[in-house]
Amino acid sequence: MPGSGAAPNGPTRPADVEIPADVEIPVDAASPVDAASPAGSADPVDAVGPAGFAQAASRVDATGSVIGRGLRILRLAVHEEPRLFALSVFGSGLFGLATVASSYVLGEVTQRIVVPSLRDGHAAWAGVAGAALLVFAVGATRAVGMFFRRFAAGVLQYRMQAHYRRRVTRQYLRLPLAWHQRHSTGALLSNANADVEALWAPVAPFPFAVGVVLMLAAAVVLLVATDPLLAAVGFVVFPLVGVLNYVYSRRVSPLFARVQELRAEVSGVAHESFDGALVVKTLGREADETARFRGSAEALRDAMIRAGRVRGIFDPLMEALPNLGVLAVLVVGAHRISAGSLSVGDLVRVAYLFTLLAFPIRAIGWVISELPRSVVGWGRVSAVLTASGEQTFGGARLAATGPARLRLDGVSYRYPSPASEAPASEAPASEAAGGGHARGRPAPAALTDVTFEATPGKVIAIAGRTGAGKSTLVGLLARLVDPDAGAVRLDGTDLRDLAAGEVTGAVALVAQQAFLFDDTVRANITLGADLSDDAVWDALRRAQADRFVAALPDGLDTEVGERGTTLSGGQRQRVALARALVRKPRLLVLDDATSSVDPRVEASILARLRSDAGASTVVVVAHRRATIALADEVVYLEGGRVAAHGRHDELLVGSPGYADLLTAYERAAAGAAGAAPAGTADVAADADADLDWDELGGGGELGGDELDEGVLS
Amino acid sequence: MTAGRPRGDERPTTDAAAGTTPPPADAPIPRQRGGPSAAGDQPVPAARREGLWSTARRLRRLVPEATKGIGVTLLLALVATAGKIVIPLVVQQTLDRGISGSDGVDLGFVYAAVALAAAAIVVTAGATYAMNLRLYTASEGALATLRVRAFRHIHDLSMLTQATQARGGLTARVTTDVDQMSQFLQFGGVLLVVSTGQMVVATCLMLVYSWQLTLLVYVCFIPMVFATRGFQRRLSTRYVVVRRRVGDMLGAVSESVVGAHVVRAYGAQRRTAARVDQTVEAYRSAQSRAQVLVASVFSAGELIASVALAGVVLAGVALGVGGALTTGRLVAFLFLMTLFVMPVQMLTEVLNDGANALAGLRRVLDILDTPSDVRDPAETGAHEGAKEEHFRASSGRAETGSHEPGGRDLPAGVLDVAFERVTFRYPTGPPVLHGIDLRIPARARVAVVGETGSGKTTIAKLLTRLMDPTEGRVLIGGTPLTEVRFSSLRGRVVMVPQDGFLFDATIADNVRYGRPDATDAEIVDAFERLGLTDWLAGLPGGVRTPVGESGGQLSAGERQLVALARAELADPDLLVLDEATSAVDPATEVRLGAALLELTRGRTSVTIAHRLSTAETADLVVVVDAGRVVQLGTHAELAATPGVYQRLHDSWSAGIAAL
Ligand SMILES: Nc1ncnc2c1ncn2[C@@H]1O[C@H](COP(=O)(O)OP(=O)(O)OP(=O)(O)O)[C@@H](O)[C@H]1O
Ligand SMILES: Nc1ncnc2c1ncn2[C@@H]1O[C@H](COP(=O)(O)OP(=O)(O)OP(=O)(O)O)[C@@H](O)[C@H]1O
Ligand SMILES: [Mg+2]
Ligand SMILES: [Mg+2]
Repeated sequence: MPGSGAAPNGPTRPADVEIPADVEIPVDAASPVDAASPAGSADPVDAVGPAGFAQAASRVDATGSVIGRGLRILRLAVHEEPRLFALSVFGSGLFGLATVASSYVLGEVTQRIVVPSLRDGHAAWAGVAGAALLVFAVGATRAVGMFFRRFAAGVLQYRMQAHYRRRVTRQYLRLPLAWHQRHSTGALLSNANADVEALWAPVAPFPFAVGVVLMLAAAVVLLVATDPLLAAVGFVVFPLVGVLNYVYSRRVSPLFARVQELRAEVSGVAHESFDGALVVKTLGREADETARFRGSAEALRDAMIRAGRVRGIFDPLMEALPNLGVLAVLVVGAHRISAGSLSVGDLVRVAYLFTLLAFPIRAIGWVISELPRSVVGWGRVSAVLTASGEQTFGGARLAATGPARLRLDGVSYRYPSPASEAPASEAPASEAAGGGHARGRPAPAALTDVTFEATPGKVIAIAGRTGAGKSTLVGLLARLVDPDAGAVRLDGTDLRDLAAGEVTGAVALVAQQAFLFDDTVRANITLGADLSDDAVWDALRRAQADRFVAALPDGLDTEVGERGTTLSGGQRQRVALARALVRKPRLLVLDDATSSVDPRVEASILARLRSDAGASTVVVVAHRRATIALADEVVYLEGGRVAAHGRHDELLVGSPGYADLLTAYERAAAGAAGAAPAGTADVAADADADLDWDELGGGGELGGDELDEGVLS
Repeated sequence: MTAGRPRGDERPTTDAAAGTTPPPADAPIPRQRGGPSAAGDQPVPAARREGLWSTARRLRRLVPEATKGIGVTLLLALVATAGKIVIPLVVQQTLDRGISGSDGVDLGFVYAAVALAAAAIVVTAGATYAMNLRLYTASEGALATLRVRAFRHIHDLSMLTQATQARGGLTARVTTDVDQMSQFLQFGGVLLVVSTGQMVVATCLMLVYSWQLTLLVYVCFIPMVFATRGFQRRLSTRYVVVRRRVGDMLGAVSESVVGAHVVRAYGAQRRTAARVDQTVEAYRSAQSRAQVLVASVFSAGELIASVALAGVVLAGVALGVGGALTTGRLVAFLFLMTLFVMPVQMLTEVLNDGANALAGLRRVLDILDTPSDVRDPAETGAHEGAKEEHFRASSGRAETGSHEPGGRDLPAGVLDVAFERVTFRYPTGPPVLHGIDLRIPARARVAVVGETGSGKTTIAKLLTRLMDPTEGRVLIGGTPLTEVRFSSLRGRVVMVPQDGFLFDATIADNVRYGRPDATDAEIVDAFERLGLTDWLAGLPGGVRTPVGESGGQLSAGERQLVALARAELADPDLLVLDEATSAVDPATEVRLGAALLELTRGRTSVTIAHRLSTAETADLVVVVDAGRVVQLGTHAELAATPGVYQRLHDSWSAGIAAL
């Protein structure tokens, strides 16, 4: 399009230049990650919660009323960012005082300058100019107050949001995989975004409200000093404001809870649906997905409207109250004046005061009306922050170098059943989505009493049918999960006793499904470790990936796209393999890591592995003989148990299941050869009509032989 | 009058004077990586500097119900606003005449005035309530529609366009970007409407009292008006950045969650945390930057207001002394000025929310305006209208056959396939397919083999029209794919992709995805036909076993079994399997192979597999190398001919051969 062409790196970015916006960051934002903890001391990643968060959280939860709880939450913000809070309250106070002062000044100016001047028909210009200057000065003070309040309150709010986003996402990194499996990605995104936002929504108007409360206090003092009876009006109106707010927050908070829940649901549906976009597309199910999404979106809409209805009453009432107060003041005042116990000037002042308060008092309403949302956000955020179950680490270190000794002793593992552990709060949503189909019977254990040992430098193959428990086993070796019973030992030490970082330093797992980050090829391999390009290229060579990486437009610096979308399946898998190889692990664990590469490349990869044999202990999940040929020993799993263990040739003879598995292709090939040359009558008929093999440069004529029976029997 | 409007430029400004032109902040879907791209031929909506009105017009065009009944709502707003003015006026009159009048306190007048004011308060509150309700209902309804439309449109975008965006970012467009809008409308929208109304009414009254002073006030505000033009632009640019940062953040968070196992296996928590923190921080700082702008500009507004007030005092006295103004009028004018200035404060409270919401809205509108480069021919021709209708039809409020959809259906019966000089390159790279010519007869069982990265998956994607060739064309059943309606194409041509995605539901629900009306029994049948009854029987809940998010509660091989059953149930005439059994154990794979061979007997099937057991039983083997079809024939022929296939097959046989 014309005009937008020069855009992306145009010379000026006006938006970025003129105000050095963020004057204040330094305190914590800088780098909470790298700053703390010397390498490997405690956790692989630090919690960034302030000390005593759990206590503070339980105190919040112990508070009964919504408003009370909301105020406690606000106190957390005050504690965490006292300076910003002070600054914004200062601004708010300045603003409030200047507001009161402006009414006073304007009254005085009218009385002393305007009225006499106009009455007399001539003005003392010096006095008039002085008055104008005064009016301006008060207004300027208001402006300054406004700036500080607005600026500091906003920054305060954003900082609190950022703090909690960091905490929540840090928690995602700390919590175990089992926890992740119970929560959908969409819901976790919603926690980190919408819920944190709701949590700190009242923070922005809060300092304003605090300033207003101060103003109100001053106003009450002024009222009492002026006339006790008029003050009584104030004493009726102000508490009424409180009552109204209380009733409102009671009514609206369940509605907002529902809104937040539905937001998470909408986010969950959208995320899942976009994640599966390819399947949606290939099956042409866009309309049904849209219907599914519409269901959630409309539920959210209805919930918003329900909440809005309550809010719709509350807002005008909050506005009407102070106005009614003014009217009451007028009536009472008129009586008092006619009784001679109040001066007109006093009444005017009080009435004006009420009018002036009408607006700021709404700031309290803003805070209060945000509190229920905040409390709901709190519930959802603190559920993440207080979730436990993160892995604990011992203090042991692995002294040895070279290939590791691996031993499994009576290892059993059962996947937690998701239904029983889902937190109560999620029940309605998941019920709505899932239609209440629990697993019929408890899932069998994925692994039962698995025992074997791998001596240093040896290659162990794990074989088994689909679903036999191979990936589960392999996950235990890298301590992705801990066994329910038994122990996995590295050099004789239980993995659970090892210090943080020890296992990941010694073991490298190539998962069955290659996962790449949205980053460069290099970053996907180093994952932030300090590795030279030579080392990276060497690993790529060993993974047979060097040629295609070299051919990429930017070589190692090519961005691979989200989850590696710009690479082919086999390319992704080899990058993932290189990621493990570059670490020269003491225990290399490959979970069917060559499933998406062609036989030739697979053979080359295996040849490299074989030539490197002895440098690492290797555990490899394998189906094909090519891979199993590498292995010194084979562990054959059946239904999560070790059904046979020994050398390949021993198992071929001794274990019928194993033999069946391993010779499947051979038998199929033999069957095919028996029926070959392949080709069918069906095709042959069409082939003459449709295909001109010679033109296509094909290998020959389609044979007329039948391929109809007994191919694989 | 003008100052009462939401400040700033309603017209899309056209001055492109150098230096003042901000960068196009947000192309509809910014390509993440450079390089020549297909984006070149996409019309880019002129989003960046668009004013309020043109955004509103776009919204109206896409979601007409957004403005339904707005007249009544505005009328109510007018009543509410008028009430707001009546109250202080009555108060002032009461003070002037009822209490400090010439003959002392006039209680009768006071009562009458107070009663009048009370009535005004009640009416105002009532009108405000009614207005709120209408506004909430209308806006939430419109936003829900907008959300759903954006969702649908994202699915309608081509696979390549989708891939340029992080999924977290796409999710943001239908969640937080829209939420921002609803948030603003619930909390600030009413205030905005009433405040601007109040400014307008106050202006009118001010004119009644003294046109000279009103002029003065407006003169003071003129620089402000000019400043706001630039300010509004800058603010919206900043909020566009804010919204984009949210998308980035969600992308990073989503990656850290989805890749949780890799992060743990490699101890990459710190690095991941650093990446997430970086996006959190970028988001925060973008918000703060926008906030600073808002705070300074509105303080400046306040400053100008006080200049104006001081000016009014000076000029008022001068005018009064000259006899052009009475005391009463001057005092009243000063009083009105507070009414005029107060909305400025109110707007301060909501305007950055408003700008944020607007930026969110624009992002959503932008995605809706991104054309889908792989379009359903059923929709072409009557562009916008057709789309609307298509949408409505799919939303159930069908509008019966007002016009014939474009495109055609695939011919009945078995399907053959032809590639004619097909060349393809991904937007970010060199060509990966070079002039492919290929014909697959109907009912043929074809195996596509080749080295990894040779272009097999790309062929499969072209075959199922997930993308269109850069050059050449693909025909199925003699019909060019670009002319085939999606409703026909998707029902009859089904691909099982390399990593078959499962939804967080039961196995049955996932399989039913292939054919929505299938009963559980039919689903069990589908598994039976694939020879998977034993496997199914081993599951705790049979077909009702939940699979977890992305199928995480099944093993990798089991996920593929479910994806296969899904395709089997869909019963396509052309089945494309892209390494659909790569994670399944050999015994099961061979069994599946046999079953599929049976099942594909009446169909055309294209199977991509590295395990050459599939090629051995295929009618036709297509060997792809470096983006070209280099060999074609049966297994037996090719195995006997020196070439790529022979080499692959030798490796394969060596791999399965005895030790
Ligand atoms: N997160 C989970 N929750 C519940 N059950 C699970 C979970 N993951 C796997 N399972 C079950 O545990 C069993 C073992 O799964 P695992 O992934 O270890 O199999 P596998 O041997 O690796 O299979 P494949 O060869 O298909 O990769 C399977 O029956 C599977 O359904
Ligand atoms: N979205 C994309 N953007 C840019 N390049 C891509 C994209 N997808 C694939 N490619 C490139 O196109 C080439 C062919 O990829 P394709 O996925 O078709 O290979 P394949 O034959 O299926 O390989 P595999 O056997 O590994 O799955 C590869 O070099 C790959 O890097
Ligand atoms: Mg597995
Ligand atoms: Mg592929």
